[in-house]
Amino acid sequence: MTNYDGSVAIEVRDLRVIRGTNVALRGLSLSVPVGEVVGLLGPSGCGKTTLMRSIVGVQKISAGTVTVLGYPAGMPRLRQRVGYVTQDASVYDDLTVRQNLRYFRAVLGAAASEVDRVLELTDLTQQATRMVGTLSGGQRSRVSLAAALLGSPDLLVLDEPTVGLDPVLRVELWALFHDLAARGTSLLVSSHVMDEATRCDRLLLMRDGSLLADETPAGLLAATGTTDPETAFLSLIESGARRTEPA
Amino acid sequence: MNLRRTLATAGRVLTQISHDPRTVGLLLVVPSLLIGLMSWLFSDTDVFQRIGPAILALFPFIIMFLVTSITTLRERRSGTLERLLTMPLGKFDFILGYTIAFGALAVVQATIAVAFSIWVCGLTISGSLALLLSVALADALLGTTLGLFASAFARSEFQVVQFLPVLVFPQILLGGIFLPRDQLPDVLHAISDWLPLSHAIDALNAVAANTEDADYVGGKLVIIAAFAVGAIALGSVTLRRKTA
Repeated sequence: MTNYDGSVAIEVRDLRVIRGTNVALRGLSLSVPVGEVVGLLGPSGCGKTTLMRSIVGVQKISAGTVTVLGYPAGMPRLRQRVGYVTQDASVYDDLTVRQNLRYFRAVLGAAASEVDRVLELTDLTQQATRMVGTLSGGQRSRVSLAAALLGSPDLLVLDEPTVGLDPVLRVELWALFHDLAARGTSLLVSSHVMDEATRCDRLLLMRDGSLLADETPAGLLAATGTTDPETAFLSLIESGARRTEPA
Repeated sequence: MNLRRTLATAGRVLTQISHDPRTVGLLLVVPSLLIGLMSWLFSDTDVFQRIGPAILALFPFIIMFLVTSITTLRERRSGTLERLLTMPLGKFDFILGYTIAFGALAVVQATIAVAFSIWVCGLTISGSLALLLSVALADALLGTTLGLFASAFARSEFQVVQFLPVLVFPQILLGGIFLPRDQLPDVLHAISDWLPLSHAIDALNAVAANTEDADYVGGKLVIIAAFAVGAIALGSVTLRRKTA
């Protein structure tokens, strides 16, 4: 890309994904700015994971383009710059926390000191020598997150990283996300919990493979005349339904 | 291809296995126990001397096939493979890493089985021990690579186990253990020529009886290696970064 100006982390144009007989994404267009925490919200099964898989380049797409940090998604040179956390913790249960991170560090070719740095960031230093299979669900997903933080990627794509975490930990993680964004990392964080919308700099609202809104949390509330994201989401669905129904 | 990533993967797989001492124990001891059972079973006949070498080909092959196909299937299903494929890990780094790790285990397993057969069960090997060991090792590697290949077509552990009768049992039936290959019906004989295990068993029999020269055994080794390379190539085709 010759005209990439470095202000957009992800640029999606008319993305269409068909999985089997089911249209998972129906011509989606959106952009994610650099250095912000962008929330990808919508009910389960609306296509959030498919969109994220398209962005990290492991999803076969039927039409459209996905550009990440100025390059087509999935290009080899992006593999060191994009960190991806899948919904289920994708780590090895039969290795210790540190052994997991050591392996992923070696694959990335990041500095050896990175392991201790991400252990500290995710508050896992105490659990470093424990087998991942013996950890709680929340701890396991933090190991998965820690692996994605290795080598300080420019873009983090996190699929429901806060699901099943206790409220204290959830607040801590959102603080970490904003901290990373302040240092220039771009984050795309999905969630099906509307409450988390207010923690994001920007929101992408999805439903049934389409994008309903691309707004700031305040802008969304103002545009819909509502006071909380949940009601705003419902109001968007209603107005969408009115638009598509013949008068 | 990147040597550092390949070795890191092999090291990681071996670390995983080392956390599971029961699997290690079963891998290393079970073949010898079964060989011991066979030699006891046929203790008053010459059957063990006749089929013993072939049995040495069988166990590394079957066990490595099972262990490899199940571990790689787990990797595909747990999401770790998807994570690795978004990282700078080449497909060959992944497959060779697994092959090296299980290959190392296969060396230990084959050494124990051969030693046990000779010194405990009294199997007579007239030919070179080193050649015998290298055939057993090639055989274990073949099992590993076929296992990697099979895991691509299985969606569950149940299916992987079903691949054993599909991919492995015919090779055992036609490999010359039950009936020497030259006594098979013509069609089956022709088919058995195209099965890698037949060549492994031929080679082990040749070394045990010292009936052929090293070139013959070397030729058989090349055939086994070719099948292993073919399975690796097919396995890497089935390992796709982008999936539907």
